[in-house]
Amino acid sequence: MTAAEQYVAAAYLVVLVTVLAYVLIIGAKLGRLEREVAELTELARRKLDG
Amino acid sequence: MVLALALMGAAVAMVAFYVPEDADQGLSQKIFYFHVPIALTAYACFGWGALKALLYLWRRDPRYDLESYVAIHLGVIFGAMTLVTGMIWAKISWGVWWAWSSNQLVLFLVLFLFYSAYFMLRFSVEDGPMRANLSAVYALFGVVLIPIGFLAIRLANDFIHPTVFTSQGPQMAGSMFATFVVCWAAMLALAAAFYGIELAGKRLDARLRELRELLAP
Repeated sequence: MTAAEQYVAAAYLVVLVTVLAYVLIIGAKLGRLEREVAELTELARRKLDG
Repeated sequence: MVLALALMGAAVAMVAFYVPEDADQGLSQKIFYFHVPIALTAYACFGWGALKALLYLWRRDPRYDLESYVAIHLGVIFGAMTLVTGMIWAKISWGVWWAWSSNQLVLFLVLFLFYSAYFMLRFSVEDGPMRANLSAVYALFGVVLIPIGFLAIRLANDFIHPTVFTSQGPQMAGSMFATFVVCWAAMLALAAAFYGIELAGKRLDARLRELRELLAP
């Protein structure tokens, strides 16, 4: 692999890693929101049951 | 998101298989097809954030404050990618990671740091109209740096950082310009998809917090 190829690969890898990291963070946040919805649903059910 | 992924696939394929190598810089010029569209997308995000900030100051609707915040957040992410890909390109082209003598580089760094400080300001003030007002005014101040950044390179005869788009149009072959346009569309679509997802997440988060307060014993 030439030096130019290494630098080009590194630049594209930076973009890929950043996009993947963002998707992972958003995915983790959606997971947390999903758990919170389940928790609040349970809380509302218990309130309705008295 | 589907459009963003399709355009991204097309962009990578065009850079890898379609567009020819630059006669002067060789393979390393291929960084241009992602570096410049990412930089332009960062500018677009900051501009969008400033527009939403202006709308907030005008209409006082908190949704514009949230939209401005999300746009600036994405602008900082794209700005960080611009700086890192630019530094890699600088190393292979100029032999250095950074050139302080280049006005465009320094102005972009100033813009990036200015908007990075936006979060320090935002999270140092309690949630409410005061925070939204301060954030909106700050976001509007930052957007002034964008036209300065564009003009600086042309006015100051910056010979280090290349100027590809001049008053005579794009200084590149048709295939290179077509690839550039697809790459830019891909980056804009990616930013738009992230903007929609992040905004939906933040709105859902706020509604859940409200619901939790309502259900609290």
